[in-house]
Amino acid sequence: MSGRHPLLSPGPAGTALLASLLCVPVLVVAASAFYPAGEVWRHLVDTVLAEYVSNSLILMLGVGAGTLLVGVSTAWLTVNFRFPGARVLEWGLLLPLAFPAYIIAYTYTGMLDYAGPVQTALRDTFGWSRNDYWFPEVRSLGGAVAMLTLVLYPYVYLLARSAFLEQSSVATDVARTLGCGPVASFFRVTLPAARPALIAGLSLAMMETLADFGTVQFFGVPVFTNGIYRTWFGLGDAAAAAQLAAVLLGFVFTLVMLEQWSRRGARYTMLGSRSRPIEVRRLRGAAAVGACAACALPLALGFLLPAGQLTAWALGPAGEAIDAKFLHLVWNSVSLSGGAAALALVLALLFAYTRRLHPVLLVRAATRVVTLGYAVPGTVVAVGVMLPFAWLDNTVDGLMRSAFGVSTGLLLSGTLAAVMFAYVVRFLSVSLQTVDAGLARVTRNMDEAGRSLGYRAGEVVWRVHVPMLRGSLLTAVLLVFVDVMKELPATLILRPFDFNTLAVRAYELAGDERLEDASTAAIAIVAAGLVPVLLLSVSIARTRRRAPAPERRPVASLDRIPASA
Amino acid sequence: MTLTTPAAHDARPGRGSRPARSLASAGIGTAALLLLALLALATPAQADVNVYSARKEELIKPLLDRFTAGSGIPVKLVTANAGELMKRLELEGANSPADVFITVDAGNLHAAQEAGLLQPVDSAALESAIPAAYRHPQGYWFGLSLRARPIMVAKGRVDTSHLTTYADLADARWKGRICIRSSSNIYNQSLVASLIESLGENETLIWLKAFVSNFARDPKGGDTDQIKAVAAGECDIAIANTYYLARLVASDDKADRDVASKIQVVWPNQGGRGTHVNVSGAGVTAASKNVADAVRLLEYLVTPEAQQWYAEVNNEYPVREGVKLSDAVASLGSFSADDLNLSILGENNRRAVMLMDEARWK
Repeated sequence: MSGRHPLLSPGPAGTALLASLLCVPVLVVAASAFYPAGEVWRHLVDTVLAEYVSNSLILMLGVGAGTLLVGVSTAWLTVNFRFPGARVLEWGLLLPLAFPAYIIAYTYTGMLDYAGPVQTALRDTFGWSRNDYWFPEVRSLGGAVAMLTLVLYPYVYLLARSAFLEQSSVATDVARTLGCGPVASFFRVTLPAARPALIAGLSLAMMETLADFGTVQFFGVPVFTNGIYRTWFGLGDAAAAAQLAAVLLGFVFTLVMLEQWSRRGARYTMLGSRSRPIEVRRLRGAAAVGACAACALPLALGFLLPAGQLTAWALGPAGEAIDAKFLHLVWNSVSLSGGAAALALVLALLFAYTRRLHPVLLVRAATRVVTLGYAVPGTVVAVGVMLPFAWLDNTVDGLMRSAFGVSTGLLLSGTLAAVMFAYVVRFLSVSLQTVDAGLARVTRNMDEAGRSLGYRAGEVVWRVHVPMLRGSLLTAVLLVFVDVMKELPATLILRPFDFNTLAVRAYELAGDERLEDASTAAIAIVAAGLVPVLLLSVSIARTRRRAPAPERRPVASLDRIPASA
Repeated sequence: MTLTTPAAHDARPGRGSRPARSLASAGIGTAALLLLALLALATPAQADVNVYSARKEELIKPLLDRFTAGSGIPVKLVTANAGELMKRLELEGANSPADVFITVDAGNLHAAQEAGLLQPVDSAALESAIPAAYRHPQGYWFGLSLRARPIMVAKGRVDTSHLTTYADLADARWKGRICIRSSSNIYNQSLVASLIESLGENETLIWLKAFVSNFARDPKGGDTDQIKAVAAGECDIAIANTYYLARLVASDDKADRDVASKIQVVWPNQGGRGTHVNVSGAGVTAASKNVADAVRLLEYLVTPEAQQWYAEVNNEYPVREGVKLSDAVASLGSFSADDLNLSILGENNRRAVMLMDEARWK
């Protein structure tokens, strides 16, 4: 009986039911993949499919490598060394998370395009013309890798950092006594031990990459998301589009399995409590400058530079006035994001606790399946949400008409309920993984200790779990909040009449090729996303100061986020 | 079977199950309340005209507000991309709240009509205001404004005597000099659809392959980007819709006006079928519960006052004759337009996309 928390658990059957509800949108789309392949599908295979596959793979692997390199190196530097600016960079490195990828893509294009200020200045200064010099092309596959890396590396950074902080320095000390230098011990001890966390961060970044539409569309890079959209709406073939989406889901599934496989190993490598805090070494001279530059660069490129450009645009003649109408947009975005984040948290708790209490296959499968939505492009999720909702509404309407002669019309379609549902399908993964990671640190022994002190089950939750989980819960809420602020396709198509958000506003103007006009809304998205990211950062700084005390294990550490997919 | 075991397991009496039960009943209560609230909301209160628009809010809302001010009929609006709005209309079916569907490009209007999302409208006011080529013969949709897709070249760098038709763009003399956006874009799809109509599929494919081999760079960005690339010297020839250039002409930003000053418009096919044009347009949805007011809205949109504003706000050509052009649009020059009935573009759209894929136009 110990460790049962009925308040939070609907039981395995209830959980499975809920999970199946949440995967309806993805399944609806996947199901149409079983239609017989038509003319359009054969056409795709003959012409563009190979390109979609190779470009998507390159994009995914490129962003994977990029985020890993940036995320791990900055995390290692800020955890292990003290250098000028380290205190600020420690949390500053998170800021790019507030930038939607498509906005950073617009900004860099504006700056670095052939017709943009940088290249124009180069040409004017040196009297060059088109073929006299080489300049990297922003709107290319490589450019897309760079843009997505800049905004997604914080996932890896966040996870790598908390993994490094939790490691005992004893292991490194042992390695050092065995003759490893600092670099060798990093590669042979620190990195392998942090592997599960790294892979978790990596898979989040890669799933976001696969689902990205705005950036690849703007850059004209033919990848799956582009292809799905074009097949659906240009070729007018929903089945072929779904077949493409199914291939994409195959990719995602492979990622999920890979991640799970890597976590399996992690169970056997649990580290004991930290006996001695990590020794922070002070860097001097060239090493200090190098470390500072390495950490400042991602922050500058991923945040300062684009934010500066946006501000310059917003202050220019095209900037939008901040009036009551604009504030209304802000309110819509913030309240929608807040609501979705809270809802996702409640559901995540529900799934996480059920799995803890009933770790049967059904429940484990259910909690796995609900995370798939994270990698599915928003447009696909949106259509997947519209389909069952419209069917339900029309069926209820039909029944009411025949039974009572009244028409109920559309009850759920075109309401915020549909929008919320889509958000949960899309982002539950993020909050579930965060909560899971937190819950994993609450051991059974702690539950039992609580019970032996005379607490009832509910009190154990309140007095033991809540304080220990507070950090994870806050992280879960904040991450989903930021994600929903940035979300576009599902909001655009599912929203009710006369309901606008900042993301919609920015997209409508930028999509109409008016980047400068879009800048005010874009800044507002970033600013609103910045509040939670700063909260996250502040608590990071706090855990760091608190962590060394051995009796306070890294319990409520906020910087512990998604640890599985 | 799988479900019975855990359920039975949960039904076990015990201290812990009471909160679960009260939670469940609270949940059911909330759900019921929510449903009632939704029912109340769903009952039609007043006769609004509900608009699904693929035309951006900024370009349509002010006009809808004027309509409301003049007629007293409230209008509700939701905007999104055309394909997604059509999907929404299709799934919502007969219960869809939408009365009017507004979109750009005849390809989209045709697709909506083919999918059974629109209903025919009989209105003398609409028929007399809109020339026959720019509306559906049975009144399923009506053009509201026109845009042309001419060739735009760098002043002084291009010998335009060799460039008088779209077909000329395939000439090897333009190798490495043409900028155009992706084939995913409906404007390009419609342009190719019109070529299929005049050249036939085989000739169009041959033309496409030669045309694609003349590109200066992989297609990227929007129409404005192509124009800017010409002005900056990255390429010499761009294909873009007229309003993008007119917007640069009329811009508050001097840099934009400088770009426009370096561009010369070449109106293709003036000796033949005319320059490719397209429309933004609207139709009354098949599901409309308020057809009379929906038609009133459409009729309002072609009044001279509305036409002038509607065309001016996006630098387009009014569909109604005799309405004054904006200065920026007038500065582009006059031309004769292709009078192909625009429904044809929609019919050819899929073939157009396939041919573009075959020609490796990204």
